[in-house]
Amino acid sequence: MVKATDILDEQPILEVKDLQTSFFTEKFEVKAVDGVNFAVPKGKTLGIVGESGSGKSITSLSVLRLIQDPGKIKGGEILFKGENLLDKSEAQMRKIRGNEISMIFQEPMTSLNPVYTVGQQISEAYMIHQNMSKKEAMLRSTEMLELVGIPSPKQRVKQYPHELSGGMRQRVMIAMALACDPELLIADEPTTALDVTIQAQILELMKDLQDRLGMSIIMITHDLGVVAETCDYVAVMYMGKVVEYASVTDLFKNPKHPYTVGLLNSLPRHDVDLGDVELNVIKGSVPSPDNIPTGCRFAPRCPFASDICHEKLPHLEQSEEGNQIRCWIYTDEWDGDPEVNVNDQRST
Amino acid sequence: MTKDLLKVTDLKQYFPIKGGMLGRTVNHVKAVDGVSFTVKEGETVSIVGESGCGKSTTGRAILRLDDPTSGEVEFDGEDLLGLSKKEMRKRRKDLQIIFQDPYASINPRQTVRQILEEALEIQNTVPKKDRPDKIAELMETVGLGAHQADRFPHEFSGGQRQRIGIARALSVDPKLIVADEAVSALDVSIQAQVINLMKRLQREFSLTYLFIAHDLGVVRHISDRVIVMYLGKIVEMGDKKSIFDNPHHPYTKALLSAIPVPDPAPEKKEERVFLKGDVPSPIDPPQGCRFHTRCPFATEKCKVETPELRPEDTMEEGHVAACHYMKEIIDGTHKPQQ
Repeated sequence: MVKATDILDEQPILEVKDLQTSFFTEKFEVKAVDGVNFAVPKGKTLGIVGESGSGKSITSLSVLRLIQDPGKIKGGEILFKGENLLDKSEAQMRKIRGNEISMIFQEPMTSLNPVYTVGQQISEAYMIHQNMSKKEAMLRSTEMLELVGIPSPKQRVKQYPHELSGGMRQRVMIAMALACDPELLIADEPTTALDVTIQAQILELMKDLQDRLGMSIIMITHDLGVVAETCDYVAVMYMGKVVEYASVTDLFKNPKHPYTVGLLNSLPRHDVDLGDVELNVIKGSVPSPDNIPTGCRFAPRCPFASDICHEKLPHLEQSEEGNQIRCWIYTDEWDGDPEVNVNDQRST
Repeated sequence: MTKDLLKVTDLKQYFPIKGGMLGRTVNHVKAVDGVSFTVKEGETVSIVGESGCGKSTTGRAILRLDDPTSGEVEFDGEDLLGLSKKEMRKRRKDLQIIFQDPYASINPRQTVRQILEEALEIQNTVPKKDRPDKIAELMETVGLGAHQADRFPHEFSGGQRQRIGIARALSVDPKLIVADEAVSALDVSIQAQVINLMKRLQREFSLTYLFIAHDLGVVRHISDRVIVMYLGKIVEMGDKKSIFDNPHHPYTKALLSAIPVPDPAPEKKEERVFLKGDVPSPIDPPQGCRFHTRCPFATEKCKVETPELRPEDTMEEGHVAACHYMKEIIDGTHKPQQ
């Protein structure tokens, strides 16, 4: 079994330390990413899960420094192969984006340019990053389309995005992202807009390409099924903070944070019959960003919350296995029921 | 024996494609092509399938939000398609719909009170003086505070907005609610709350649901019976348990196997069936079995002969599927074709 400590043996491809990204409105500051730490080991896949507003997408955009006004990366370090991306100039960043680090987005139609053929759009990466001629770049683009499993790539390369189906467009996005053989691929909900049978095809393709090209992947998703299937490690985010970080087997077998347990319980499964019982839900909803709880962000919704949870924010503690957890229950300061076992709440 | 509340017979919905210089109808999108099923009083029937299979069109045609091309829709013993527009409007008191995107389906310029009052006024089920009480009651029923009635939709979160949509549907005491991807846009924790709410309301108000969804986890949890559609036709239909535990149609099997399971080391991992390619266009759907272009088991016969929905002796009662080779695939005599 893979342990999270394995990461420490080798330098990770990406290490994010205390990342803080905020959006500034006239009235207040929204801390979308509030001190996030994680590492992506070489050749592995890290999943970042969370619900809307948890900061998972902003985290990934911050890594590529794609945050726009009124947003701002306030602090922290983003170490890519040991170098801090936050110290790079904009020109240096342009050389990294689409070359060493690539990104694919959820909605392929809005991220492809409708007035250029897919060949022209993939070629751009080769022409900019590898100084290829137009003809050479087009040839490589055709090869890339073949690699991602698009039938008759010679014809497809001349087509416009609207002539392709949703699954095909996502394959084009992947071809474009992988054009320059990136070391890190950031996939932001890459299959959320697709039907399940097409999703299965795309996830299989990504896994296959990872094996062949040896890249590392950050998989951002809200779908715990996708996480279980594709990731090696998982970071669960809630309100701009990582609340739990563990290897994928540990997270699903022995989730520690009450929020992770709540998420797993909320998910009706097609392969398990729960009978006529109600789903064991997380009460309430995510607080509004102008009303952030002072203690643990999850305390107002947590079934275990004790006094300390409402007063003080817990630290991210590292366990022996290298997993990380941000919850008072696992500390000496815990003032609630000493016998408490979060996993007793599991219903599936 | 509970009675059939809704009976749909050979429902067809063809949308014309206009083209050419004279704007003539040059072809049709056969969105729904001969669909028949019944929904019993008090049960939840789900229609599942991927985009473009016709599941939403079926729901809309039943409510006559788009008038179907042909077929019969019998609701509570009355033929809905024979009603005039005005009569249908009255009838909609009993048939309500909840949409996927709660923000697009409620008027952003009306307060929740105005939204609910409008529904009550159109159907005129509650005397004017009792309406404020009814609205307060509805708000409480769906888990919102009565004091929130004078707020606008943008002041609510996505889950709360869906509760408003549910309150509006409930306001006229309907018998049948068509829920068209009603929980699909919500975060899992909120989705679970709304599913629980819908189940509770069903018991409390003896509602019948036609639940249209693509998420098979949600469908398994909420349904009594399941209808699987592919390219405008029903390919398999039966009790929830038999559909999920004993699927017979290759498409249903592929669909179930494609869903990622939130368990990295499942005890019994079933071989995933990968479907090649995409769903063909509904403008010129494939001849014979519509699934044959993607089916691993397809033969020459499948390209010519359209399979009918039929039971098989390996199925539970009420379970039917439309495939030529159900039995042969199960007993292993019909293997995937090369």
